[in-house]
Amino acid sequence: MGTKTVKRDRPWLMRTYSGHSSAKASNELYRTNLSKGQTGLSVAFDLPTQTGYDADHPLARGEVGKVGVPICNIRDMETLFDQIPLGQMNTSMTINATAAWLLSLYVAVAERQGFAQADLQGTTQNDILKEYLSRGTYIFPPGPSVRLITDIISYTVKHIPKWNPTNICSYHLQEAGATPVQELAYALSTATTILDAVKNSGQISPDAFEDVVGRISFFVNAGIRFIEEVCKMRAFAALWEQITQERYNVRNPEMRRFRYGVQVNSLGLTESQPENNVQRIVLEMLAVTLSKNARARALQLPAWNEALGLPRPWDQQWALRMQQVLAFETDLLDYGDIFDGSAVIAAKVQSLIEGALAEMERVREHGGMVQAIETGYVKRQLVASHTERLRAIERGDLKIVGLNCYRETEKSPLVGEGDSGIMKVDPRAEREQIERLNAFRAQRNQADVNAALANLMDVAKSGENIMPASIRCAHAGVTTGEWSQVLRDVFGEYRPPTGIDISLHDESPTGAVQAVRERVRITGEELGRPLRILVGKPGLDGHSNGAEQIAVKARDVGFEIVYEGIRLTPQQIAKAALEEGVHLIGLSVLSGSHMELVEDIFVELGKVGLSETPVIVGGIIPVEDEKALKAKGIAAVYTPKDIDMNRIMSDLVDIIRQSNGLGPFKQAA
Amino acid sequence: MVAMRSIPEPEALAVSVSGRDRTALAMSLNLLDDKRPEARRCAAQFLATLPSEKLDTAGHLIGITGPPGAGKSSLTSALIDVWRQRDLSVGVLAVDPSSPISGGALLGDRLRMQAGGADGNVFIRSLACRGEFGGLSAEVWPMSLAMLAAFDIVLIETVGVGQKEIDVSKMSDTTCFVAQPASGDSIQFLKAGIMEVPHLLVVNKADIGAAASKTLSELRSTLKRQTDADGWRVPALSVSAMQGTGIEELADTLENHRLWLVERGLLTARRKRFQAEWIVKRLREEFGRFGIEKLGGENRLFEMLAQRGGAPFDQYDSLRERFLANWKNS
Repeated sequence: MGTKTVKRDRPWLMRTYSGHSSAKASNELYRTNLSKGQTGLSVAFDLPTQTGYDADHPLARGEVGKVGVPICNIRDMETLFDQIPLGQMNTSMTINATAAWLLSLYVAVAERQGFAQADLQGTTQNDILKEYLSRGTYIFPPGPSVRLITDIISYTVKHIPKWNPTNICSYHLQEAGATPVQELAYALSTATTILDAVKNSGQISPDAFEDVVGRISFFVNAGIRFIEEVCKMRAFAALWEQITQERYNVRNPEMRRFRYGVQVNSLGLTESQPENNVQRIVLEMLAVTLSKNARARALQLPAWNEALGLPRPWDQQWALRMQQVLAFETDLLDYGDIFDGSAVIAAKVQSLIEGALAEMERVREHGGMVQAIETGYVKRQLVASHTERLRAIERGDLKIVGLNCYRETEKSPLVGEGDSGIMKVDPRAEREQIERLNAFRAQRNQADVNAALANLMDVAKSGENIMPASIRCAHAGVTTGEWSQVLRDVFGEYRPPTGIDISLHDESPTGAVQAVRERVRITGEELGRPLRILVGKPGLDGHSNGAEQIAVKARDVGFEIVYEGIRLTPQQIAKAALEEGVHLIGLSVLSGSHMELVEDIFVELGKVGLSETPVIVGGIIPVEDEKALKAKGIAAVYTPKDIDMNRIMSDLVDIIRQSNGLGPFKQAA
Repeated sequence: MVAMRSIPEPEALAVSVSGRDRTALAMSLNLLDDKRPEARRCAAQFLATLPSEKLDTAGHLIGITGPPGAGKSSLTSALIDVWRQRDLSVGVLAVDPSSPISGGALLGDRLRMQAGGADGNVFIRSLACRGEFGGLSAEVWPMSLAMLAAFDIVLIETVGVGQKEIDVSKMSDTTCFVAQPASGDSIQFLKAGIMEVPHLLVVNKADIGAAASKTLSELRSTLKRQTDADGWRVPALSVSAMQGTGIEELADTLENHRLWLVERGLLTARRKRFQAEWIVKRLREEFGRFGIEKLGGENRLFEMLAQRGGAPFDQYDSLRERFLANWKNS
C-alpha cells in the first residue's frame, strides 16, 4: 500500500482557451467559466487583432470575431474584463506580433479599474519566432520582433514582476510536425536567443538578470504517445536546469525551474468518430501531469469537436471537467514523483536529451535560431517531419483509430441531424464591431491620439522600450490597426521561408503514387502543357501546414505548384491565377471565414475572366458549409478526415480534365 | 471574353498583348507553353504578329541570376518598387528548378514579390526549368518577347551557379549577377573563367555588414579593369533588398547599361542574336554536340541563321527536319 509521504500537491491552473464574436459575448463566457470553477482566463483573440488590423481593414473581412475576440481599442478591452477584477485574475493571452499592444491595453484597463501594474498576474505568449515556423501571425522581420519580445520582458521584470512576459512555444512546432527532439531543440534554442537578446539590450542590470531567467516560461504540446511525452517534459526540465546554470549562471534554484503551460495536441484529433478525441485528450493530459517533477503549471484542453469547427460552451465545459476529475477525484496529487528511479524512463529521457543537444548544435552551426529561421533550415526540418508523418498515416504504419483503421461506426448521437455539433459565430458580429469602432473613433480626442502615435514612432525608431509609449497610446484611444501601422512603417514587414523547397522524394513510391504521376503527365500532354496549380491561403489565418503538405505532395506527383503563401486578398489570388496560367486553384482556410472569402474570390476571378478555372477548398469546414460551398461552385472540399493524399491528387486531375472538356480516365488510380 | 481553354486567334491576341491587356498576355504565355501542334502553329503566328519595333528596340530585357539563397527574389521585389515609382511597367519571368523524378516543381518566388500586390502594371509568371537544371526552359525566350511587347521592363530571374549563368546572359540585354555574401564561389568561378562575366555584379544583404563588404571588395579586385566583349566596364554594387538601400543606384546602373548599348547601336544587334541562341540551344539539348556538328558546327549555324532570317519556330523546325533527314540517310 502506498503511504502518503508528501503533502498533497496544489492543482495546476485550469483554463479554457476561449473568446469569440465580441468583447461583450466573450466577457459573458469568461464569467460563466469562472463560476464553473475555472481558475484562470485564456484569451483567444481574432486574427485581425493578432495581425494588427482594425475590424474595418480589407484583410479583416470575414475574420472578425471568428477564432477569438476582436479587440480594436481600450473600450473593447474594458468590456472584455467587465466585472473581472484584473488585480485578482491570472490571465493568459495568446498574442504575439501585437503582444506589446494587447499587454498595454490590459495594463491600461487594470489602471482604470484601480489596480497597480505590480498587482497583475498572467502571461503574454509573445514568442514571435515560432510564428515564422508555424501559426503565421508574424508581422515584422525577425530583428524588430526579437526587440519587441525583449522590450516586453525588460519592462515587465521591472514593473509587472508577477507577469510571464513570454511563453516560449514548442506547442506549435509539434502541430507543424516536430518530433519530440525537434520540439526540445528549437524551443530551447529560441529561449537562449531571447535571453541573450535581453542580456545584450542593456535594459537589465547584471544582478537582476536572474529574475529575467526566472520569468521565462514555456508553452508545450502533449501528443498521444504519452510515455514519450512524459519523458519529453522531464528532458525539458533537465535541459533547462543545465542551460540556466551553465549558460546564465543562475544561482537561485527557484529561478531555474522549468515552468510551463500546456494545451494538449490538436494535430491528432480526428473529424471522423470525434468522440474518440475525449480519450485522446485525457491520455495527453496525463503526459503533462503524471510526473510531479515536471508537472504543468497551467493546463487547457481542446474540445472533443475541435476538428469539426468552433466548440460550444458545453463542449468547453466537458474539457474543464476532465481536468477537475483528474485533480480532485483521483489521488494523483497525493504522491511524490512516481517516475523517479525508473530505468526505462531515465533511458528514454537521456536519449531525448542527447538528440536535442545534437540538434541545438546544428542550429548553432546555422548561425543561431534567427539565422536558421531566415535561411529556412528549421522550417525545412519541420516540413520534412510532417511529410514523414503523413506518409506513415497513409501507409498505415501510424495508426489512428477511426481514421486509417477501425473505421466502421454506429451513428453518433453527439453529431445528430440538424445539429452539427459546433458553434456558429453570429454573422452580424463583424458589422457590429465595425460600428462600435467607428463610434469610438468619432468620440476620442484626435490630438491626444496623434501625439501618442508620434511618440510611438519616435520610440520605435530610437530603440527605447516600446511599452510606456504603447500604454500611453492605449489610454489615448489609439486603435490596434493604428498602433501596428506605425510599427509596420518603421520596421517593415516580412515573409519567412516556406520550407517546402525540400527534396523529399518518396524513396519507394507505391503503385498509387506512380499511377497518379502517370495521370498528371498524360493529362498535361493532352492539354499541351504541364498541369499547374495555385496554392494559397486567403484571409489572415496563418496555419499553413496543410497547404504546405498539399504543395509538397503535388510536386511529388508531377504538378507545377505556384505556392503563394498566406495572408492573401481575393484580388491577389485572382491576379496570381491569371498571371500564372494555372489549371486549378487550391485554397486553404482554417479560421472559419471560408464562406465570405470564397464569395469574394469568385467575384475577383470573374473580373479577370477566370470564372471557368476550378477552385477547391481545404480546411476545417463543417459539413453543412461543404454543401453550401459546392452550391456556390467550389469543385471539391477537403477536411482533416481526408488523409489519402493520392486520392486527393487523383481528384485534382479529374477536376482539371472535366473543366477542360476531357473525358475521365477509364479506371480509378 | 474568350474562354482560356480554347486556342485564341493569334493576330488579335498580339494586338491585345501590345495594348497591355493582362488577360490576353496570360493567354499568350499559356499558348507559348502549349506543345500541341495546332497551338504551336498559332504561337508562331502570334510571335510573327508582335510589333517588331518593340521587340528590336523598345523596353529593357534584364536577366538576374545567382546562387540559391542570395536573395534574388527579394531584390527583384525591391527593384519592382523602384521601377513602379518611376512609372515603369514590369513583367517578370521567375524560373525555379523542377524535380528530376516527378517532373513537378514548387514555384515559390511570387511569395517574396508581393510588392506588386494588386498592381495591374506588374505581371509575374513563374516557370519550372523542366529538366534544364539551373538553366532556362525553352519557353522562356518566346515568353520574354510577349512580355516585351507589353511592358517597359522585362526581368528573367533564374537560379544559377557557374556555367549556367550563360543561358540567361545570352537572352537578355543586361545580365545582373547576385553574389552570396561570405561565399567565395562566385569569385572563384569568375577568376577561373567558368562564369561568363555579367554586365553587373551585386552583393545583396549589405545589412549583414562585414561579410557583405568583404565579398564586395573581393569582387571589385577580381573585376579590376574587367570589361565584357563589347567593352562595357563591369561595375560591382552593394545593396540591401531588406532595407531598400542601394536599389535606386542599381536601377540606374541597369538603365545606364541599356543606354550604353543603345548609343553604340548594340541593343538591336543583341536582341537579334537571341533568336539564333535560342534555336542553337534547343538543337543542342535535343541532339547534343553530335547534332550541332552534323549541322555544320556552331559558328556555321549562327552565320546561316543570321543570313536567312525567318520566324523562330520555323527555323528551328526546319533545322530539326534537316538533322533528322541527314541522320536517317547516313
